Amino acid sequence: MPAETPRSFQEIILRLQTYWASKGCAILQPYDMEVGAGTFHPATTLRALGNKPWAAAYVQPSRRPTDGRYGENPNRLQHYYQYQVLIKPSPPNLQELYLGSLEAIGIDMALHDIRFVEDDWESPTLGAWGLGWEVWCDGMEVSQFTYFQQVGGHDCHPVSGELTYGLERLAMYVLGIDHVMDMPFNDPDAPQPLSYGDVFKQTEEEYARWNFDVANTDVLLKHFEEAEAECKSILAQDHDDPKTGKRIIMAHPAYDQCIKASHIFNLLDARGVISVTERQAYIGRVRALAKQCADAFVQTAAAGVA
Amino acid sequence: MPDLLIELFSEEIPAGLQARAADDLKRLMTDGMVEAGLTYASAAAFHTPRRLVLTVEDVLSESPTVVEERKGPKVGAPEKALEGFLRGAGVSKDDLEVRDDKKGQTYFAKITKPGRPASDIVSDLLENTIRTFPWPKSMRWGAGPLRWVRPLQSILCILTDEAETQVVPIRVDDFVSGDKTKGHRFMAPAEFTVTSFEDYEAKLKRAKVILRADERAETIWQDATNQAFALGLEVVDDKGLLAEVSGLVEWPVVLLGKIDEEFLELPPEVLKTSMKEHQKFFSVRNPKTKRIECFVTVANIETADNGATILAGNQKVLSARLADAKFFWENDLRVAKAGDDMAQWTSALSQVTFHNKLGSQAERIDRIAALARELAPIVGADADQADQAARIAKADLSSEMVYEFPELQGLMGRYYAQAAGMDQAVANACEAHYSPLGPSDDVPTEPISVAVALADKLDTLTGFWAIDEKPTGSKDPFALRRAALGVIRLVLENGLKLSLKGCLERADEGAGAADLLSFFHDRLKVYLRDRGVRHDVIDACIAMPGNDDLMLLVKRATALSETLATDDGENLIQGFKRANNILTQAEEKDGVEYSFGADPKFAEDAAEKALFTALDQADGAIKPAMNAEDFQTAMAEMAKLRGPIDAFFTAVKINDDNEMIRRNRLNLLHRIRTTCGAVADLTKIEG
Repeated sequence: MPAETPRSFQEIILRLQTYWASKGCAILQPYDMEVGAGTFHPATTLRALGNKPWAAAYVQPSRRPTDGRYGENPNRLQHYYQYQVLIKPSPPNLQELYLGSLEAIGIDMALHDIRFVEDDWESPTLGAWGLGWEVWCDGMEVSQFTYFQQVGGHDCHPVSGELTYGLERLAMYVLGIDHVMDMPFNDPDAPQPLSYGDVFKQTEEEYARWNFDVANTDVLLKHFEEAEAECKSILAQDHDDPKTGKRIIMAHPAYDQCIKASHIFNLLDARGVISVTERQAYIGRVRALAKQCADAFVQTAAAGVA
Repeated sequence: MPDLLIELFSEEIPAGLQARAADDLKRLMTDGMVEAGLTYASAAAFHTPRRLVLTVEDVLSESPTVVEERKGPKVGAPEKALEGFLRGAGVSKDDLEVRDDKKGQTYFAKITKPGRPASDIVSDLLENTIRTFPWPKSMRWGAGPLRWVRPLQSILCILTDEAETQVVPIRVDDFVSGDKTKGHRFMAPAEFTVTSFEDYEAKLKRAKVILRADERAETIWQDATNQAFALGLEVVDDKGLLAEVSGLVEWPVVLLGKIDEEFLELPPEVLKTSMKEHQKFFSVRNPKTKRIECFVTVANIETADNGATILAGNQKVLSARLADAKFFWENDLRVAKAGDDMAQWTSALSQVTFHNKLGSQAERIDRIAALARELAPIVGADADQADQAARIAKADLSSEMVYEFPELQGLMGRYYAQAAGMDQAVANACEAHYSPLGPSDDVPTEPISVAVALADKLDTLTGFWAIDEKPTGSKDPFALRRAALGVIRLVLENGLKLSLKGCLERADEGAGAADLLSFFHDRLKVYLRDRGVRHDVIDACIAMPGNDDLMLLVKRATALSETLATDDGENLIQGFKRANNILTQAEEKDGVEYSFGADPKFAEDAAEKALFTALDQADGAIKPAMNAEDFQTAMAEMAKLRGPIDAFFTAVKINDDNEMIRRNRLNLLHRIRTTCGAVADLTKIEG
């Protein structure tokens, strides 16, 4: 039986957290860097590699500078939340587990039309792809469901099952809200009820202006080069740390630089200074970094190397 | 004899892959069964989003025993040879038979291959089929090595005869076959046992699954048209969408909803595209006004509220989508009506790369406009209008609507050009210049559209030829074959007299023009072959001068093709060949070409004189016919020469002892060759 209809954005998040915790996932916290999607969190990208089992769920604030609409568009934001679940190896009942999460946030399967519609997922910047579906609820895409086949150019074995929920869109549907800024963020009966707009309207305006018109492109271009260079330099270090004498491959610090480069590229894109031809070249450079980070990670204990 | 039922149950299979997969399952299993000696009466395959199903009726319960005789070594052959033979045949020496053979007493072995039960054969075959299934794109899941289109969930495989139902035991990694399946994901998820195909199909239907895709499609179409009819409306036919949607549901439930009033003024194509691409909705229109007013969505579930929640949800998603489309439409109209001929869009195209070696879209448009201007007089268009149309024909590529819906390119251009106050013929060119897109697509006929369509395609072809990006084998990423066919159809169906070489050289500075012309000829051969013109006939016409004038070329080929089907054609070819063969032999022997002209004063024989006269008459009649490009009349005149030619060969010896007379006769044959070769190079005609 479906749970009662939730009353706020945060209640939906809390229910998803509780649900996935009850299914054995480690509830992680968002990654502390700017990323374009929950997939970029190393708990997904890197942990999908190697043979060590993994199960994690987390909220990831995500930034897509080109999607900024000054908080005016009913469902487009430059900063939004994704809910991300990654389980390795993918369990045979992952579809049922997923449908259970929809029930947990109050979607009644007997009343709604839930569909798994083909969608092949690919991330050119991460050198990753997988097969799966968009999940539709009454014609609206509420999640991405993907079986990772490759990440950073490496075949995934075992295969991870990845679920990504676009939280604002899903919550608006569940709560019956037409404009994201009108959505109750906390309980509407709280002493201080806050809407999504109370929390984010101003920042959407500020960032939209900065993303589109103000961000210093010369500085960004320089940062991109620096992140790229630092990533390569980290990975070029000897695996044996001269100070501790331990074998320490710095896959994660290097990957941080890859994330940085990716986000800077998104910002440059929003500023409109990247031509169509250059675009492919930049994506290729970020992908090269992601690939090298993956190459490094698969040699570490976290990837299951004894 | 037993019936076989197989169901491969999985997570949702992409709609577009289901039908082929069902066919593959049937082909692989039945081919394998026949190869193993397991014949059957009939087989059929079915598919739903979650199942591939095969039923095979009247299968042999076991494959027949096969006895095969194998010849061994001679009696008295080395022991080693005999041992080897026994090992290979899997028999002992006592089983051998000794018979007389051509070479004396010889060992023979009878090898009996016992029949195998159907169950064993099917088990091996199905395991192999699952492991090697030809999915165009497949995946792994979990920790296993198995690949399938999406994770496999269970395997049902049973053999049923009057007495019993038997599970065919199969193990594929973690999967063990059984006789159970499940119904609809939400309405009847419980597992149930199946005893036969009839039982399977009936139980599935009770469990809210329609097994047959055509039955699902039929249900959808009937329900949709009935609901529309009740409102005085009609569903816009879309076979592709119907097939796709019936691959997305196991239990179709048709819901009809209204489109919000505020979106009804959008162009119908925009409504239709947005609803189809994003939502997989059918469009429902008012037959009187042709306006699209409603939509049909197909759900996969029956609900207590008769779909009210589902419909409301879909309507909401649609409104959000159409609000976007309306926003784009209104923004775009503002740009179109700015009064500067959509300069904002056309100038933006200088920032868009067409191809990194061929420059920006704006540069390409400059080239197309120049070419369209030159082509204008040939197609009967005003040069300034052709130029203007070419310059705005791709403006819509910068519009918001086309950015969102690339498939609306051209169509939106027409709407926006109209809104910008352009002449209707100029606006039409925005849409028509992409045509024809294939062999059956309509060809533009308005002169301005024809000029821009030709210029567009010729620029594409010469551009990619210049950077050596030609089609190879099955690879044609820039659709250059389609572009060439487009030019051919534009020229032929509009009856244009156009020197292609001139266009190609102008655009390409000569580099690959000859090569490109032969590419056109190859495409033309395909085009004409489809219309029943033989390849040697086309080759014979391509060998003639002026072969870059496609109209002329086709006129020749058609006339030759038609003439060859008549007695005239037979006479022409025989007369020509007889003369030409002898002449060619003599020319090869003497190392000269006898093209000095024959003189009637050296004619000795009456038949020879008559041939001169006949040739003079023929030339006199052929010349005006050729000038009028009346190739049939010309060839009829040539055919009349057969009689005089035959009479000439009967009466005279070409190789006369008098060298003067011999040369004159050979020069006379050359006259025949020239006269008869005026329409086509007849040496290329076979037979």
